[in-house]
Formats: sequence, C-alpha cells, structure tokens
Amino acid sequence: MKNISCDVLVVGAGAAGLCAGSVTSKHGLDTIIIDREDQPGGILKQCIHNGFGLRYFKEELTGPEYACRVAKLAADAGAKIMTGTTAVEAKKNADGSFTFKVFSQKEKVCYISSKAVLFTTGCRERTRGNIITPGTRPAGVFTAGAAQKLLNISGYLPGKCAVIVGSGDIGLIMARRLKWCGIDVKAVVEIMRHPSGLTRNIVQCLDDFGIPLYLGHSVTNIYGKERVEAVDITPLADGKPDFSKTFKVDCDTLLFSVGLVPEVELAKQLEVKINPATGGAFVDDDYETTTPMVFASGNGLHVHDLVDFVSEESERAAGSICRRLSGAKNSDKVPVTVEKTLKYVVPTQATRGEKQSFYFRPLIVANKATLEARADGKIIKKRLIPFVRPAEMLEFELEIPAECKEMEFALTGGELL
Amino acid sequence: MKKELICISCPQGCRLTAEYAADPAQAEVSGNRCPRGKTYAITELTDPRRVVTAVVPTTDSARPVLPVRTSEPFPKGKIAELLNELYKIKVTPPISLGEVIQKNALDTGIDIISAENRN
Repeated sequence: MKNISCDVLVVGAGAAGLCAGSVTSKHGLDTIIIDREDQPGGILKQCIHNGFGLRYFKEELTGPEYACRVAKLAADAGAKIMTGTTAVEAKKNADGSFTFKVFSQKEKVCYISSKAVLFTTGCRERTRGNIITPGTRPAGVFTAGAAQKLLNISGYLPGKCAVIVGSGDIGLIMARRLKWCGIDVKAVVEIMRHPSGLTRNIVQCLDDFGIPLYLGHSVTNIYGKERVEAVDITPLADGKPDFSKTFKVDCDTLLFSVGLVPEVELAKQLEVKINPATGGAFVDDDYETTTPMVFASGNGLHVHDLVDFVSEESERAAGSICRRLSGAKNSDKVPVTVEKTLKYVVPTQATRGEKQSFYFRPLIVANKATLEARADGKIIKKRLIPFVRPAEMLEFELEIPAECKEMEFALTGGELL
Repeated sequence: MKKELICISCPQGCRLTAEYAADPAQAEVSGNRCPRGKTYAITELTDPRRVVTAVVPTTDSARPVLPVRTSEPFPKGKIAELLNELYKIKVTPPISLGEVIQKNALDTGIDIISAENRN
C-alpha cells in the first residue's frame, strides 16, 4: 500500500477545492486535491447553464466553463489533483498530522498524510424521504441534481412529462432544461408562500415558458406502480393541507429540489463540531473548525447562492492555512451570533480589529430592512438592504472593535416568516 | 408606457422600471444597479434574447455528451428551432474550450461554442 504525504490535503475538487488548492500551491505548500469523480470541477460540470463567474472572473460563464477555469488555476499553480479517488476514513495522528485512507483507481488503496486538511466536500441533496412525501415508490422519482446529471453528463432524458417539487434554483433551472429537451413541465410546487430560488430564475426559467408555480402547495400523493403516473397537489391553509382542494396532475417524472445539506461525514471522524443552523462545521474567521488545523469552506460549510462566493471564501480559507503553516498562532476571538431574523452567520468566531466578511441567510421577507451589527449590544454599523429574501444570502464587511466581547447581527424592519 | 421588469443579467435580480412614450428603445430605465440593467431592459422590450445552453452527442462513449452554448444571447423566438438543429449534431473529440461547434447558427451571426475541453 502506498503512503503519500503533503502539506495540505483538500477533500473535493469542486470550485472550493480548486480555488483553495491554487492558493496554497502558489504559496509553495505541497497540496493534494482529491475527488471521487473522474474529472475535476464538482457539481459545476453538470450545471451547463450560464450565470456563473460575473463576480470572480468578471464575465458570464457556464458551469463547465467555470470548472475549466478553476481547474486550470489549480493545475497551473502546481496542485496535484487526484481524481477517481474516494476518501473513506480520516484520523488524527499523535503528532498533530492527519491520515486519510483513500481508494483510488490508479493507486488502489493508499494513505495520504498531511499537516492541514481542508474540507470542500460540497452538499448532498435532500430527497423525497427528507420531506416525507406519501404515495407509491415507482421509477421516475429523482432529486433535481440526479436528473441534471442524467441529462447533462450521461445524455439520458429522465422522462416525458414532469412535476417539480420545490422552487430552489436547481429545480427552476431544471424546469427550463427539461422544456428545452422537449419534456413537458406541468408545475412547480412550493410549500412556502414565496419562491426559494433567485428571482431571475423565476423569470427566465418559469415565466419564459408559462410554467405554473404553485406557492403554498405541497405534493400529497404519488400514483403509479412501475412508473410515476400522476401526483396530487394540495394547497395549504394555516400550514396544513386542505384536502378538499386537492387536484391531480398526470406526469411520469417527479423531481425534488428541496434543499441541500453540507456533506460532513468525514469531518465528523475528525471530531469537527457541526452547526445545526448551517449543517456544516462551526468555523472561525480563519475557516478553521473546532479541530485545530482542520478547515472547511464552500458549500460543504454552508450553502452559497453563487459559486463566486464559494471561490472567494475558499481563497480566504486557503490564505489562513498558509499563515498557520508558516507558524502564525490562532488568536483570541469574539463569539458572533445572530438574532432570530437571521438563520445563521458564518463565521461564528472572529478576530478583533480586522476587516472581514460575514455571511448571513435571512429568515424574513422585506422590501426594506436594516442589517445591524451590534458590539456588546451597541449598534456599530448598519446597512439598508432593499430586497431581503431567504433565497438571497447577505454579505457584510465589518471591523470588530478592539474592546468588543461579543458581536451580534440582526435584521430589522421586515416580516418574520 | 411603464413596464416593470426583473433584470436577469446577474443573480442580484434588480427590479427595473422602464418608461417610454412610443419607442421602447428610448425608454428611461430606473432601479438598475449597473449599466447592464439598462441594456437588458431595452433589449427585452425590443428584441428579447437568452444565452442558450445545451449538450450535444459525442462519439466518445465514456463521455457521451458535450456542453455547448451560444457565443452571445440568442433571439428568443428562434430558440426552439436552434435546439432542434443542435440535437442533430454529433461531435468528435479532441475539442477545446471555446471551439466553434457551429458557425453562424440560423444565420443570426451567433456561433455555437464548446463549453468544455475534451481530449
């Protein structure tokens, strides 16, 4: 069995891993990026639509184009990208280093040891089981991402006539993709009273095609023995299905786009503590988890709206790894929390006297709300935000005062969900 | 005339208002946070276009489809016809990122280009 050692092991060669790996490699650190897929690029490879890169590359790219760019950044910087390589076990050694057991097509079983680890493992999709949709269990029920992979990587049509559950971006993008492949899309069904995807995607993926969006509705039954034949759609009244108004829609395919959950199984083996609000690790402003020298960034840390944010965040995480491996100590930090108008903040620990970015997921809908930063209860900075939606992540740059003991953020002036 | 639009140029989704007397090309646009918003509103009212992305079959069984895109936004009314043409193409690697797969699609002056490298 082969033993490989390096300075930095990056787990996952999506946008996060490739951008981070390019930074650590450029800094002179021996970096290995592993990925279980045969090609680097992660989920971007199957996101063939445009809309990526406006912020990071200053031009509009498709997912595969963005993937090519960041893979080239990492390769040109000298990072070693091992594809077809699956990590199955992670452990911490007595000397503070880490060893991962991996299965690789090329190397077979091998062990990779490193001084620092960065988890850029991305997300898993929530499924029918997560939202407990009743009915039979026929073929034709997919997560939106699985259907996207079938269409855009393998070249198979998932069906002929579809209903989509959930108005997240992947579901909306898939509605247009199915239409463009000649597949009928009967409805998009969203349990909330507002769409959960970006507004631009409602416009260009549903409105352009006249696909009805049923807000405040839920799929309450699936029919069909071998293959999906129809579904029941029921409006909600006071949060409960009003079955007197149920209607049946014929379809042979049902896609679920009902949210993403950060992939943290390997990180847990290194005793990384998980934030229930994000599903990812708790990290400080160095993107270091509760296990020293284990870092996390990208969608494996918290779900981002834009891959551009994933790239920027991962570069910062990589910068911290470079500093820490050059001997910088982790400084004393201020705890950062949010009021109930915000679902979470990343990071949850931050350094005093340094300018840094905080990311939030709002829990309110508002056409004008104020994002407030409070140091020990006193407002030190605020910003008016014209449109607040849970679908749209907020970013706030701030320097924490030198004397501060605790930071809290809140949104005021909106309607609580 | 007053038209409300949502800009799709980037994920910010600015809410635009376009006001004009008779000619939408002369519209006054507000609500945009960057110049792309004004361009979008006027194009949307006079000649709506979308970037079209699709996959085309390849002769490589290990990677059976190749992602492609229009080199620039394509006239909305011709998208269905374009897709029918695209699905008839079959490409053989090697193909490089940005390589033209079909020149001057449907005589629009817009090319279909590869969105990926293939060896």
